[in-house]
Amino acid sequence: MYESVDYYQLTNLLSEEEKLIQNTARQFVEDKFIPIITEYHRVGEFPVEIVKQLGELGFLGSTLPEEYGGAGLNNIAYGLIMQELERGDSGLRSFASVQGGLVIYPIYRFGSEEQKTKWLRSLISGYKIGCFGLTEPDFGSNPAGMKTTARKTSGGYRINGTKMWITNGSLADVAVVWAKLDDTIRGFLVEKGTPGFQVQTIKGKFSLRASDTAELVFDECEIPEENILPDTDGLKSPLKCLTQARYSIAWGTVGAAMACYDTALKYAQSRIQFDRPIAAYQLTQEKLVYMVTEITKAQLLNYHLAKLKDEQKMRSTHVSMAKRNNVEESLKIARMARSILGANGISDEYPVIRHMLNLETVSTYEGTHEIHTLILGEDITGIAAYY
Amino acid sequence: MNIAVCIKQVPDTETKVRVSGDKKWIEEGEINFILNPYDELAVEEGLKIAEAHSGEVTVLSLGPDRITSAIRSALAMGANKAIHIKTDKNPLDPMATAEALAQVLREGNYDLILLGKQAIDDDHQQIGPILSEKLGIPAANVVTKLEVSADKITAERQIEGGFEKIECALPAIVTTQRGLNEPRYASLKGIMAAKKIQIEEKIVTVPDDKIEILEINYPPEKPPGKIVGEGADAVPELIRLLKEEAKVIS
Repeated sequence: MYESVDYYQLTNLLSEEEKLIQNTARQFVEDKFIPIITEYHRVGEFPVEIVKQLGELGFLGSTLPEEYGGAGLNNIAYGLIMQELERGDSGLRSFASVQGGLVIYPIYRFGSEEQKTKWLRSLISGYKIGCFGLTEPDFGSNPAGMKTTARKTSGGYRINGTKMWITNGSLADVAVVWAKLDDTIRGFLVEKGTPGFQVQTIKGKFSLRASDTAELVFDECEIPEENILPDTDGLKSPLKCLTQARYSIAWGTVGAAMACYDTALKYAQSRIQFDRPIAAYQLTQEKLVYMVTEITKAQLLNYHLAKLKDEQKMRSTHVSMAKRNNVEESLKIARMARSILGANGISDEYPVIRHMLNLETVSTYEGTHEIHTLILGEDITGIAAYY
Repeated sequence: MNIAVCIKQVPDTETKVRVSGDKKWIEEGEINFILNPYDELAVEEGLKIAEAHSGEVTVLSLGPDRITSAIRSALAMGANKAIHIKTDKNPLDPMATAEALAQVLREGNYDLILLGKQAIDDDHQQIGPILSEKLGIPAANVVTKLEVSADKITAERQIEGGFEKIECALPAIVTTQRGLNEPRYASLKGIMAAKKIQIEEKIVTVPDDKIEILEINYPPEKPPGKIVGEGADAVPELIRLLKEEAKVIS
C-alpha cells in the first residue's frame, strides 16, 4: 500500500483504530478513485457514482453519533479521512466537506428532530446529496451583506435571491440556504424540484474540474414552515458550519501536498539531465526539502488542532490559522512540484498540475487566504481591519 | 457453520526491508506491518460463507503483541471472534507454527479452516498442508473458486496449465489464492465495532524449530543492460543474442 510522507513518525501517535481508518480511506482512494480521476477531470465532471461507496464506508458525517447513522469518530480519524480523500483530488474532499460539514452538520446542530430523522441517515449513507448556499454573486467575503431574503407566508416561507459558487449544487437533493428573515440570517432546507428554485451548472472552470459547482436561483420559491432550521440565529450559524468545513480543508490540502511531493521526489530521482538524476542538484534538493518540511509542519498543526477540537478547546481562529497556512503551503508545494517535473508537470499524466489548479480554488473558498489573515490579525491585535 | 481463519501479520509490500546485523532476521523497527494479502482473501471468503450459511468466523493468529493490529483488521472486516495465540518463543519453522495452531484449532471444533496459500514474508507455503496432516482432515490448496454446502466443499485449484476441480467432506482446510474474491474494505462502523470485541488470548507451548535460519541476504544486484549497437545494422546481432544468449525467442 502507498506509504505516506511521515517524516516525524506521526503515525506512531495514532491509535489502532485511527490507523485502520486511514488505511481504509487510503486503499479506497488508491483502488477506486485514482484510476478514474484523470478522465473525470478532463471531462469536467464529478464521479457521482462514488458517493454511495463513500457512504457505505462511512466517510460522510463520520463524527456524528451512531444513533443518527454516523460512526462516532474523533477528529483525528475524521481529519485523516479528509487528507486521504484529497490525496485523490480536492474535488473528492470538497464533496465530503460540503456533505459532512455544511449539510449534515447544520441539520444535526440546528435542525428539528423531524429534520434529523428525515435527512441525516440518507445523507450519511450517500443516498441523498446536499449543498450549502451562503455565497452570493456580490457577497463573498462579506456574507453579512447578503441580499437573499425569506418572507413569512401563511404556509411557510418565500425565498428570493441568488447563491453563487455552490459545490454539489446541481447534484443536490437538498440545499441548506441562508437568507435574511426580518434582517436576521436563518437557515432553510430547500428540496430539489421546489417551484421557483432553479440550478445552473457553472462551466469553464480551470480548477476543481472534477467537482460540481452551480448557481442557485430562488424566485418566489415557497417552502413549507417545517423547512426552517429552528436553531439558526444570525451569521454565527453559517460561520459555525464553515469552521467545520475549514477544519477538513486544513487536513485535506496536506493530502494534495503529499501527492505532489511524492510525485516530484520520484521524478527527481529518475529524471536524468547532464548524466545525473535531477535530485542530485542543489536547486532541486532545496525545493524537495522545503516541501517535506512544510508538509511535516502542516501535519503537526493538524494533529494538535484535532486534539484541541476533541477536547473542545478549539477556537475558530485556530482553524483559520491551519486553513490559511496549510492551503498556502500546499499551493507552493504544488507549484514547486510542477517546476521539478518541467514540461511533464503540465501534463495530466501526472497528478501535480491537477492538484495545483485545484488548490487555487481551495485558497479562495471557505474564507480566502486574505480574510483568514484579517481574522487572525483581529484576534491578536483586537483591531478589525476588514473595512 | 463454524469457520476458522488463520492469519499472519507480515511487512507491507511497500516497505523497504533491511536485513538485521546478524543476518538472521530483518530490522523490524520502522516496518509497517499489514495483514497478509492471501489471508485477507481467506477472511473475505470466510465472511461470505458465514453470511450465506449463518455461520461465525473466528480469526486466529500466532505472534508477538504487534500482531493484534492484523487481528483488528480482520475483525474490522467483519469477523466475529479472535484468538491471539501467545507462545514462549517465536517459531520460524512452519512445522512448529502449525503444531501450535493445531492445538488451538482442535479445541474449536471448526467445520472449515481457511488460510492464505502462503505468507508474503517467508513464503514457506506449508502451514495448510501440515495442518491437514496434524488434524487428519482433507485440504484443498491454492483455491480460486469455492462452493460450500452443509457437509462438503467443491473447490477449483490452479494447476500447471489449467484448473483442477476437487470435492471433499467437511471439516476441511482451504488455502486461498488470488482470484477467489475481492476482499472488502473495513468500513468505519466495522472498525469501531471491532474495537469492542475482546481478543481471546491462549498461551501455547511450541515445539523447537527443526530448521534453522543460517543467513538472510539481499538478492544479487541486476547486471547492467547491454547495448548491442544503433540503427538497423544492430538488429541481426540483437536477434542472435535474444535467441542464443537470452533464449527468449526461437
